[in-house]
Amino acid sequence: MKPAQFDYLRPGSLAEAIEALGANPDSKVLAGGQSLIPMMNMRLARPSALVDIGRIDGLAGISANGSLRVGATTRQAEVLADATVQRRWPLITAALRHVGHPATRARGTFGGSIAHAEPAAELPAAMLALDAAFTVHRPGGTRTVAATDFFLGHYTTVLAEDELLGHVDVPALGGSHWAFAEVARRHGDYALTGVAVRLTPDADGVVTDARVALFAVSSRPVRSAAAERLLVGTRVGDAEAATAAGKVALDDIEVAEDSFVSATYRTEATAAIVRRALLEAATNPKGEN
Amino acid sequence: METRQGNVAVEMTVNGEPMVGIAEPRTLLSDFLRHGLGMTGTHVGCEQGVCGACTVLIDGQPARSCLTFAVQAEGCRVDTVEGMAEGGALSDVQEAFRAEHGLQCGFCTPGFLAATEALLAENPDPTDDEIRDYLSGNICRCTGYQGIIAAVRRAAQTRKAASA
Repeated sequence: MKPAQFDYLRPGSLAEAIEALGANPDSKVLAGGQSLIPMMNMRLARPSALVDIGRIDGLAGISANGSLRVGATTRQAEVLADATVQRRWPLITAALRHVGHPATRARGTFGGSIAHAEPAAELPAAMLALDAAFTVHRPGGTRTVAATDFFLGHYTTVLAEDELLGHVDVPALGGSHWAFAEVARRHGDYALTGVAVRLTPDADGVVTDARVALFAVSSRPVRSAAAERLLVGTRVGDAEAATAAGKVALDDIEVAEDSFVSATYRTEATAAIVRRALLEAATNPKGEN
Repeated sequence: METRQGNVAVEMTVNGEPMVGIAEPRTLLSDFLRHGLGMTGTHVGCEQGVCGACTVLIDGQPARSCLTFAVQAEGCRVDTVEGMAEGGALSDVQEAFRAEHGLQCGFCTPGFLAATEALLAENPDPTDDEIRDYLSGNICRCTGYQGIIAAVRRAAQTRKAASA
């Protein structure tokens, strides 16, 4: 349970970090380390070098104008405790409550959880439901990637070896209904299945736009096109629609099976929590604009 | 850019004292404290972040010392169980754990004490639910947790009475 040897690089700036990543092809980015270090302790990961971005100025911080911007190395605990996030983006607060424990949230970073791309992690699905955009630093500039295009599979994203997630932008949630639900064996464990929901209603409470983002069901967080299609045109909180959306949620998605649960269990539990989340979305207090 | 390879000296402030030890980049903070500095009060359980036994405070925030490299804590303030008792007298939190039978074998206790300090710093008057939620990342195989919850409650009351 000890990591293999590696070189430790501590860049003082973003530019140095990008350079270090490019110069060390087998390196990994170290931020909070709460996912990477367990994998290294178990030797599931043995990078030859770690680039510690934890002390780079400007990569951490929360700011909110029309939209929310969270720097990649902002600690999860800080986002969870942020009053503006709680008031205007309560879906993020709800998701963070399920991420690990106080001691891991105090070290673990917001961007780290996204860039690590654990399929059972909560934040990536919340980002899908919220139409977040990720700003990626690369040699010579930046590029922006939509959350829906970012995750490719188990621990795999579109980030190239010399690219670094810089910050996350989340559009205002105001006016939308939202909910977050998951099933886990113990609180703080990775989920066995989970969902983040966002419903945009018209003046009559009819859904005009739906996001049903599932996690822990497949190799990556994924939006359920079938459930979203079904929900548009129904009333927010409609029990029949919620049940039907739960039933179709995993259509067209290859459901994972592992040593904890079967694909059948996952499918049934997913139907149940999608239904529950859609009903909760009708009563959860909406985020302020 | 700072680069570290092989054995290097790492400095940090442990329980208020500046300390220097030798560490490789891969040396976990838990091993640095125990082997580098000889401070064996921090216990190592699972070494994968699950059990919470190795919890310490880094700059006042709770952290798994087995999920932190010593080099990451360079220059930081680290507080461990060794810093709690003063002159042989138990701290208020330690005394509450003793009084309420918040431990049996004691292996998990340094981690629980650190987590309790962090909880009370953040929330001086927690409800039972908040105590349970906060300590959910620490595992005890002896007590069944009832004594631990009572100990945290007692520590909160003692501290409140002392500051009144």
